Amino acid sequence: MKLPVVPQTAIALAVALGLAACGKEAPPSPAGQAPAGPVPMIVKLGHAAPLTGPQGHLGKDNENGAKLAIDELNAEHRKIGGRDVSFQLLSEDDQADPKQGTLVAQKFVDAKVNGVIGHLNSGTTIPASRIYADAGIPEVSPSATNPEYTNQGFKTAFRVMANDIQQGKVLGQYAVNNLKAKTIAVVDDKTAYGDDKAVDFKAILTTIKGKRPDLVFYGGMDAQAGPMAQQMKQLGFKAKLLMGDGGCTTEFHKLAGDAAEGNYCSLPGVPLDKMPGGPAFKAKYAAKYHADIQLYAPYVYDAVMVMADAMKRADSVEPAKFLPALAQTDYQGVTARIQFDDKGDLKDGAITLYQAKGGKWEPLETVGGGAPAAAAPAADSAAPATKY
Amino acid sequence: VPFHYSAVMNILLQQIVNGLTLGSIYALVALGYTMVYGILGLINFAHGEVVMIGALSSLAVVKSLLAVGVPGPLAALAGLGVAALVCTALGFTIERVAYRPLRQAPRLAPLITAIGVSIVLQQLAMLIWGRNYYSVPPLLPSAPHQVLGAEITDVQMLIVAVSAFTMIALMQLVNRTRLGRAMRATAENPAVAALMGVDANRIVSLTFIIGSALAALAGVLVSANYGIAHYNMGSILGLKAFTAAVLGGIGNLAGAMVGGVLLGVIEALGAGYIGTLTGGFMGSDYQDVFAFFVLIVVLIFRPSGLMGEKVAERA
Repeated sequence: MKLPVVPQTAIALAVALGLAACGKEAPPSPAGQAPAGPVPMIVKLGHAAPLTGPQGHLGKDNENGAKLAIDELNAEHRKIGGRDVSFQLLSEDDQADPKQGTLVAQKFVDAKVNGVIGHLNSGTTIPASRIYADAGIPEVSPSATNPEYTNQGFKTAFRVMANDIQQGKVLGQYAVNNLKAKTIAVVDDKTAYGDDKAVDFKAILTTIKGKRPDLVFYGGMDAQAGPMAQQMKQLGFKAKLLMGDGGCTTEFHKLAGDAAEGNYCSLPGVPLDKMPGGPAFKAKYAAKYHADIQLYAPYVYDAVMVMADAMKRADSVEPAKFLPALAQTDYQGVTARIQFDDKGDLKDGAITLYQAKGGKWEPLETVGGGAPAAAAPAADSAAPATKY
Repeated sequence: VPFHYSAVMNILLQQIVNGLTLGSIYALVALGYTMVYGILGLINFAHGEVVMIGALSSLAVVKSLLAVGVPGPLAALAGLGVAALVCTALGFTIERVAYRPLRQAPRLAPLITAIGVSIVLQQLAMLIWGRNYYSVPPLLPSAPHQVLGAEITDVQMLIVAVSAFTMIALMQLVNRTRLGRAMRATAENPAVAALMGVDANRIVSLTFIIGSALAALAGVLVSANYGIAHYNMGSILGLKAFTAAVLGGIGNLAGAMVGGVLLGVIEALGAGYIGTLTGGFMGSDYQDVFAFFVLIVVLIFRPSGLMGEKVAERA
């Protein structure tokens, strides 16, 4: 296997030299040595999420979050390794499809990105993570919550959100202890938080109703949860819906209409307004996009910032050099104070439970969550239901 | 859970109601497939997307009318009217642009343009309406009525009634009117029909216009039933309706209805009971497998569908 590598490297070198030569021609002034040259070093960050299809609205929201971070980083005119750097976002549509996800991953590897932000779904993140691991490219997922992602032993896999084990535990405890549910029906969309186009759940709901559950747990996305809540109402259900983060969106209220009322959901992290940098982020986002944040934008923003922070501390944009720094992250982000455990999971990730009231998700209580670093905003104490 | 005979019966009845609604939706869309196939022998794969365009355009009208204070039922009728206009214009154009130039071409060619048109329409809808899911304002009360222990909503009753009425009206049109006679003649032999003074192009255009108006109606009802509309909603629905049409015997109007209702009931019963029957080994996600399995079995024993007639290949 060694032989073919040599010519490839040679070609790559030749291409790199050729490009460098072109680069030198661009500025009119006599080109000096590479460091501190007038041409900024391009740092390529790959971003992958479903930008089309049923989750297109979530993917676009992620992309917006990433762009916001990139624009801010570029406005700072950072120097890394003594050179001006310019961050560039390569955003790709993985269609929430595992196959497409691996194709996108390969594309990023071929484009020699310095790091990857994504993917949105666990179903795409997990197969793609192997490709990034093989290429040694650090990956920070903003929203993949399947524990499998960081359980594969890859040194390159990180996430800035609590995983499903942490979330499931909190959901289960809440259902039994607070909601006093004895019989709980569990509906699984059988995708790894992925693409499901079904809209008719009456058959399965009718069967569930016959078993008289106190609570229905649905592990899927808002686009299905909305019609499901409506159909539960149409079938005369008394039991409420309890959902994970996929259903915990403003979209759910729109899609479920008045059937949204009284249902429960959980979200990793703390409510946007109670995030350390939440209100400021919300204002920035609204000013730039004239739209509301859908769901994960602040996490994507943090994922980009965490990666840029690791590059800064390592003083290098080389994946191999800043990867150890990434693992040592201690960064006060918009969403939380971000530190990773030895698997790449977010340390002490907070989970917040919500209930639908008057067309909005009202936070009920927050479980877990680390103490904010240094500049702790006083707003935290204003959250009466928050338990640490 | 203790075993109650009446509770078990109620669940069965509810599943049948669920299946009947779902099936009536399939039937309404299947009528469009079957009409075009009956006349042209062409499977108009873009039909599902026309349904989607109908749903989204009516929704746009309804929402803007509600915003200026027009009463709900009036807004719904206006929405339906606009959707029907948009869809008929669309159906007419699709036939002129994508099918008519290929009428003498091998059968595979219009099939491919049909798939092309459906992709174009979906992307076009995505450009116009974006990727968002739209919620449909409830224009009819969503609280269910109890009928013999089953819960049924106004929209569901409307769907069953509308598709049954539409099917009967279409059959009357095809079998009792001058236009219907021209349609049947064109279906049988366009060349001879033309010799008898039937303008085949006009008949085909009218068929597409009627089919697309039905698609608009189906789009409005589907989005009202599920409370959501989306640029992607037409593809699965179209596929299921096509299956229903084939199951009932494509080209046969009553067959579309029978196939649709049967497919809906099979899906509902399959999804509702497969978990219990297999001890949880298979779940409701096998709903589609179930439906297609029945389709395969029917086609093995009756290749032209349940009510399809065996027709000799056209010379």
